[in-house]
Order: sequence, then structure tokens, then C-alpha cells
Amino acid sequence: MDMNEIKEIFFQECEEQLAELESGLLKLNDGDRDPETVNAVFRAVHSIKGGAGAFGLDDLVSFAHVFETTLDCVRSNKLEPNQDVLKVMLKSADVLADLTNAARDGGSVDDSRSRALVKELEALANGEVPAPSATVEVPAAATAAAPAPTDESGFAPIPFSFDGFDDEEEAIEGTVYDVTFNPRPELFAKGNEATLLLRDLSRVGEMSIHCDTDALPSLDQIDPEGAYFRWKIAVKTTKGEDAIRSVFEFAEWDCDLEIKVQEAATDAAERAEELPMIPVPFDLSMLDGAGSEGDADGEEAGAAANATATTAVAAAEAVSGIAKLAGAASRGDKKDAGAAATAAAQATAAAGAAPTIRVDLDRVDRLINLVGELVINQAMLSQSVIENDANGTSSINMGLEELQQLTREIQDSVMAIRAQPVKPVFQRMSRIVREVADMTGKSIRLITEGENTEVDKTVIDKLAEPLTHMIRNAVDHGVETPEKRVAAGKNPEGTVRLTAKHRSGRILIELADDGAGINRERVKQKAIDNDLIAADANLTDEEIDNLIFLPGFSTADKISDISGRGVGMDVVKRSIQALGGRISISSRPGHGSVFTMSLPLTLAVLDGMVVTVAGQTLVVPLTAIVETLQPEASAIHSFGASHRLISIRNSFCPLVDVGRILNFRTTQANPVEGVALLVESEGGGQRALMVDAIQGQRQVVIKSLEANYTHVAGIAAATILGDGRVALILDVDAVVGASRGQSLKPEMSLAATG
Amino acid sequence: MSYAVKNLTQGSRELIAFRIGDQEFCVNIMSVREIRGWTPATALPHAPPFVMGVINLRGVVLPIVDLSGRLGMKAAEPTARHVIIVTQVKSRVVGLLVDAVSDILTVTDDNIQPTPEISSDIERQYARGILAMEGRMICLLELESLFPETESEAA
Repeated sequence: MDMNEIKEIFFQECEEQLAELESGLLKLNDGDRDPETVNAVFRAVHSIKGGAGAFGLDDLVSFAHVFETTLDCVRSNKLEPNQDVLKVMLKSADVLADLTNAARDGGSVDDSRSRALVKELEALANGEVPAPSATVEVPAAATAAAPAPTDESGFAPIPFSFDGFDDEEEAIEGTVYDVTFNPRPELFAKGNEATLLLRDLSRVGEMSIHCDTDALPSLDQIDPEGAYFRWKIAVKTTKGEDAIRSVFEFAEWDCDLEIKVQEAATDAAERAEELPMIPVPFDLSMLDGAGSEGDADGEEAGAAANATATTAVAAAEAVSGIAKLAGAASRGDKKDAGAAATAAAQATAAAGAAPTIRVDLDRVDRLINLVGELVINQAMLSQSVIENDANGTSSINMGLEELQQLTREIQDSVMAIRAQPVKPVFQRMSRIVREVADMTGKSIRLITEGENTEVDKTVIDKLAEPLTHMIRNAVDHGVETPEKRVAAGKNPEGTVRLTAKHRSGRILIELADDGAGINRERVKQKAIDNDLIAADANLTDEEIDNLIFLPGFSTADKISDISGRGVGMDVVKRSIQALGGRISISSRPGHGSVFTMSLPLTLAVLDGMVVTVAGQTLVVPLTAIVETLQPEASAIHSFGASHRLISIRNSFCPLVDVGRILNFRTTQANPVEGVALLVESEGGGQRALMVDAIQGQRQVVIKSLEANYTHVAGIAAATILGDGRVALILDVDAVVGASRGQSLKPEMSLAATG
Repeated sequence: MSYAVKNLTQGSRELIAFRIGDQEFCVNIMSVREIRGWTPATALPHAPPFVMGVINLRGVVLPIVDLSGRLGMKAAEPTARHVIIVTQVKSRVVGLLVDAVSDILTVTDDNIQPTPEISSDIERQYARGILAMEGRMICLLELESLFPETESEAA
């Protein structure tokens, strides 16, 4: 595993931590004061800081550090997490996410923004009431544990239990710490080097080192893998104990580290914290035991306490002069002790959270493909058994039925592997609401429901963009300014509600705002101005609402940064349709609008209508079909040289002969003999697709045609039907486009061009 | 480009020989994945005449090319006796419709003669050489130039 892979894992974990952070902060924002929530938030920032430090991502570390310091104040009850504090914290979480992304993908972050937030955070840590103008020159000491809060904040100072030295810290400009660094052999076995640690330490502040070589035995007794030196270091620094501790961050488990403030009584709590690392006194009589400990380098850090005990046993025996035997015995003991400790640790971990594994998406996809094959094969097998078996009562049939159930179950479980909760996308939306609300000077609360609703990962990935558009629209256009809201007798704080739920094998996402609703008069006027509808068109309220999905429609009076370039809702509609979904709107003037999106749970399968066209079997995606009808001769009207229209409830709709467009036949089919599928296509407008017959409705597994061939105009993909034959899935938009005169480009593949 | 024998590696090689009409062709056995009987293909719209359509090869959508038509000869009318040679051409898998598979040949480079100058353009483009075997003439085809990969990317 190379460094990049480790880094990739770090960033993946960062994403999880950031999600945790944000959800924790939002919980706090909603009034949750559970200490566990605060701890979770603190842990998330701390883990990011720790990992970032290991990769030398200094920007990230320094910001996370300040953030952590402020969070620590909340954790120790010095800072009341009220709305204002959380506003700063949520913004900080956003910046932290930006910094993480910048560290991963390159690019830069708005420096002024993060610097301003650092100041705000530091001010909070210093116990000041957050006020935008409060720019306090914070001394470098602020990076360490925070000083005691001032009285004006109104919070009673509560003694600090974690970083016990804030009082001294505040008083002295550069505290002198006594550091005792006593490496154990494991430290070296794991590839650390004392020199490098000491060099890092020298960067923290001015220091003087004393190396204690008393433990060094004579040359013939030296264990080459043992550790004999210990260091006493006096560090004068303004950065506090945390900075010193962070130098030893990855060595802490393998050394005895003591950090004391010189000339100051050491806090008892501080010692208690160090208890798991009981210093093993290094004297000559212990050397053999210590050496053997070095051999057993697989030792778990958690078993350190046990190890200490066994070392003592080993040492006692070593004194009695049976050095080798003792080594062996102690090793045996330690393995047992270590195993027990590990088992115990694992048991606690298991109780804590359901174990998960990271799996490469390709592997999951392969499995899904194979299960798709299994389903098809099972269907083929059943079909041929039924054809060849006249009685229909044989045990083979029963077995087949069981097989069918089993394969369905396998398919469902495998699909569930790809299913992920929509939570990450919803969380991203809360950030967008915050940012847009800030920009527009509105006060908006985002309520999310059903974030644990699961849907295929590809759907989730593609959902973010349209949802972002819609959220921006809702905040920018939907919700009114606080003044207008008050004037209308509403709560000045607007509400945007984002809901996800499962509904009959699809996922339903609802975005509701309690704003002014759609101004139908203005929408209609705008549509008339933009030549989208005729001036005297008589439209129902619902039809007017749906006008906003037309291309080139924007009702905002002025074009803003946030939305209103007129590429909004039609793009949203198109991307939802590309996912095989539908979108609708309902609006009540004065009460707000509700957008409802219905999406398939997975993109690997598709609900389709199996039809026959010129002897070929085709699949038409069900989401595209509005209705099907049997045309009557009287409803067909010729129009111009080759076009024909069909009249449906007094409106005329162009007839599209699928067989002609796909080149399956050269003559026009007689519409009366076929079936018309009324489809809604990209850019609105309905078309009637002529097919010869409808075979039925079926869920089909989508197969790529491009993998071994090439893209075929008018065809979206292929699938395999129950009889084992390949059927093509119609690309409705392309076919409709072709009927408008944009010819389907005959793409020649495997062509004789040499 | 020289139409002479392209530089072939030393040593013997194995080829699969097959029949189209009264002519014999062969391809490198390393590019053949499997040989299977003819099953009706699903026609593709706007496809060139020699692309018969696609079939289901254990879940993979496999395009079938009528090799006879591809080489500029009479288009095949597939029957149950026809054979599909499933070949791997670079990253793609393509099925070749031929009349019958006749032989597996082990030849050395010495057996391969350059394509005669008189051959038609089509044959000169795809023929890598000619083998003389027991009085028969077998044309060695180069699949990579029959199905250049770049085309699909350009499309």
C-alpha cells in the first residue's frame, strides 16, 4: 500500500468525519445538549486534525486546531452552544470541508474567509460573545488551550479538566516544560527514531537536552535491539503542552512520556491521564526482560499494561540467572495476555458499531451483473421446462419455483449493497441553504426528513446537482425576505423542508418551502413575453406552474449570482428525467411550493414496456410514456408531404413512426394497425410513437451496447429478455429529436474504412 | 504501408482456419475466445450491412459480423450450420460469422508467404499473408485492421 492509497483512505474518512461533524452541529443547533453529541463533534475534528498532521497538510491542521480548541470550550461547558456560536461553527465546518477538498484536489480556499473564521473561533474560545465586529488580536498562545473566560461573557468559569494548564499558560509568555522521554524498544521496532522526534521537538521552542545514559550496559551485555537511553528535555515554548504532545503523537504508545510544567505543581488529573503508560523503570536487572519485549514486536499497544506486569516477572527470573528461559516464558505469557486484550478490545468495538467494510465499487458491480445473468438464466430455464413439460406437476417445476424465489432474493440483497442513504446529499444541501440565505439576507431553516432512505449510489451521485439547483431556487425565489414575511404575518424565519421516502418501489423526494408560492400572473406574463405560450392561451393553474420547467424561463426580476440565469428548472427536469425520474410541482399562493421528484431506486434495472416494431422487440422506458392508445382512422390527419398528426382530446400531436426512424422498414406503417405511445420528451411537448404491438411490461436489466460495439443513435442501451435474446432499449429523446428533422446520424462502426 | 509480410515473431504459431464459401481463411488462435453455433441476432438500426446484429453471450451483448460481407464478398444467409467465432480484438469482443471451422494449423513464419501484388484492395488491407497447406491456399487475416478500434471513439 503506497502513500497515495493511505492518503485516499484518509480523505474518505475525512468525508465521513465531516458528515458526522455537520450532523452533530445541526443536532446541537436544534437544541440537543447531549454531551455525547458534543464529544462526537469534537472527535470528528480531532481525527481530521490528527490525520492531516500525518500528511503534513498544515492549513488543514492549523484550522482544525483552532476549531478544536473552541469545541473543547463547549465540551467543558465553558461556552454555551447557542445559535450564534453554532452559526460560526457550522461555517467553520464548511471551511474545514473546503480545506479538505483543497488538500485532496489541489486548488485553494478563500484565505480571508478562513482567517476571519479563525478569529471568530478564537474569540469564542476566549469567551467573548460573538459579534461580527469583534476582531481580537489573539496572541499565539490562543492556539493552545483557551484562557479562562472573562466575566462579561456571563458564563461561570468552570475548571478545565483536559488540558490542565490554562492558568499558567495565560500568565507566562513561554512556559518551560520538563519533558521526560523514555523510549521503549517497540518504538525503534516500529521504525521511529528518537533523533527525529527530538528534532521536531526543537521546533516547538527553545530547548535543552540531557541524555541519561545510566541504563547503558557494558558492551557484551548489550541487546542490539534494546533501548537504553532516556532524555530529559527542558522546552521553553509559548505553544503549550499540546504542541509538545503532538510531536510524540505517533510514538506515545511506545515510550514513556512525561510532560511537566517546571516550577509548577503538576495537576493530578494530568497524571491520571497518563496512567495507561506506567513507566517501566529501566535498570540493569531488567535488561533481559526489556530486550525480549523488543523481540515480540507484534505486541498490541492496548496490552501495554499487561506487558509491564509480565516484564516484571521476566525481570525477576532474569535476576536468578536463567536469562534465556525467562525470555521464552515471558514471551509465552505476553502472547496470551496480548491475545486476551485484543479479543476484549474487539468485543467492545463490535458492541459499539455494526462492522463495515470498504469494497471497491467495481467488485459490487461485477456481482450485480452476474446476478442479473442468474435471473435471466433462471427465466430461460423455466421457460424451456414449461415448454417441454406437458404435465406441469413434476418436481422439477417445484424446484424451479424455489429457484425463482431464491434468485429474486439474491437480486434484492445484491441491489441493497449498492443502496446508500441519501443523508450525504441532504447534508450538502444544508450548507447550500446556509450560504444562499447568507447571501440573500434571509433567515432560513432547513428541515430534513427520511435521510436514511436508501437508494442506489449512482442515483445519489446524480441527485446532488438538480437538488442544489432547486434548493437555491427555493431559498432565492421561494422564501420571501424577513420583512415581507413579517408583513404577511408569517414567522420571519423561512422553512425549507426536504423529505425522502420510499413509495411503491421508487424513491420520492419532496422539497417544500413556506414562501410566497408561484406568482401565476407573473409566470404567465413571462411565458408570453418569452414567446413560450400564446398570449391568449387558456391555461389551468397546474399548467401555469409547470411552465417554469420550460427551457429559457426565469422569473427573477434581476439576474442574481445564485440563480436566475434562466437555465434552472428545465435543466433540473432534464437531469431528473435522465435518471428515469419525474418531477412535478404544486403551489399555493402565499403558502409556498412543493416540488416532488420520483426516482427509480436503481439504474441497473429499468421498468420498460416491451413492444414490437417491424418484427423487432424493443423496450420503451416506462417513465417516458404518458399514456398508450389505439388510434382510430378518424383521428389521423395527414400534414404536409410526409407528416401525420393524431388528434387526442382536441389537441394535435405529431405521429412518429419508430420503425421508419430506426430504419427497420422503408414504408410508413398504418397507424390504425398499431398502438400509439404518448411520450413526453426533452424540451416539453408530446409525441405519439407508433409501434406495432405491446407485448407487456417488464423490469429489465440494462446492458451496455457500447462495450463491444458502439453507440447506436436512437438506442439507449440493450437488455436481455426472458427468452435469452437481446432487445434494444429505445432512446425516446433521440427518436423524438429525429422526428423533428434532426437526423439520427448513422454511425458506422466496424465499417469498411480501413 | 508495406503490404509484404509484416514482421512476425520467430517460431511456430497456431492458427484457426475456417471456410467462407469456397475460400479458406485463418486467424491467430490467441485472439479466439470460443466457437459457437449460430443463434438469431437482434438487428441494430443504422448498422452497416455486414453487422448482423447482437446476440446474448452469457450476459454480454455481442455484435455479430458477417465476415463474408465484411471482406466484400457475398453476404451470408445464416443457417444453423453456420458458426460464430468469438474473437477478442483489442478491448472488444466481436463474433465473426463463418461457414465452418476447418482446421487448427501449426505453422512457422517460413510457411507464410507475402500477399501477392495482384490482390484486390480489400484483401491487401486485411490479409497478412498466405499459407500453402497440402495444396490448399489459406489467407491469414489481421483482425486489428478489420475492426479498427479508433472508429468507435470517433463516432
